[in-house]
Amino acid sequence: MADLLVYVAATLTSLAFLLALYRFFKGPSAADRVVAYDVLTIIAITGIVLIALAEGRGIYLDVALVYALLSFLGVIVVARYLERGL
Amino acid sequence: MTDTALSIVGGLLFVAGAAFLLLGGLGLVRMPDLFNRIQAGTKTTTLGTLLTLAGAACLQPDWSLKLLLIGLFVLLTNPISSQVLARAAHRMGLEKSQLTMVDHLAEDTGERS
Amino acid sequence: MSTLLTAMTVVLCIAILVAAIVSIQVKGDKSMSIAILAAGLVSLLASVLFLILAAPDVAMTEAAIGGGLTTFLFFFVLARMRNGEREYEEANHD
Repeated sequence: MADLLVYVAATLTSLAFLLALYRFFKGPSAADRVVAYDVLTIIAITGIVLIALAEGRGIYLDVALVYALLSFLGVIVVARYLERGL
Repeated sequence: MTDTALSIVGGLLFVAGAAFLLLGGLGLVRMPDLFNRIQAGTKTTTLGTLLTLAGAACLQPDWSLKLLLIGLFVLLTNPISSQVLARAAHRMGLEKSQLTMVDHLAEDTGERS
Repeated sequence: MSTLLTAMTVVLCIAILVAAIVSIQVKGDKSMSIAILAAGLVSLLASVLFLILAAPDVAMTEAAIGGGLTTFLFFFVLARMRNGEREYEEANHD
């Protein structure tokens, strides 16, 4: 039962990932693509947790922590650059 | 994974979080302009990620400290990045949707300068 | 659970291809910053792919170097170049 629920959640997460990827590909302005980048990296954190559950190894969660930090840093840097240039 | 009550609750929380992530992606595609997309994209995915991490903590109770740390980090950083992004987009002068009724930031900066 | 990992690998490969295509052929205003951002996204997604291949240390290094440091360095250099061009133009106008 729990396995089935995790499969359903993985399907929904993959669909969300593909929708955000469509916005990253299409996005008319630069800021649209930055928003899509933010959402893609946040969904990827959920993907890392799913991988850790599937493999049953808790060490993978460290990667999720580093990932959250770096996606935040990237969004801040590009927003500062778009605003007036670092 | 055994079928205890805790694991069922964890799976349900996981599905709820993934549904919120899907709603966020859908809003990112469907919303008319950038500011609505920021709203739909970041708030929904924050809640979805937190629910997902709670579900994973119910499925594997040994990991709950590390998952709590990740959840705290997401909860702190995600609103900051969305706010910085919205301010940058506003200063870039992106066009707003036709349905936008009120823009207090433009009024404030317009009165000052 | 191996079906889940296979499906996730397919989705990630599609995402990496799309990000690489965006990085190559983005046009219009602010296209340089979007190209750098898409290159960073390729690195971040490749780190998830490394994680599926059971290499968490490589994944962490790839995320830190490719996604964080390279993107930051490119934007730093781009901002310095733009400031330098502005100073050069102001000096020539005066």
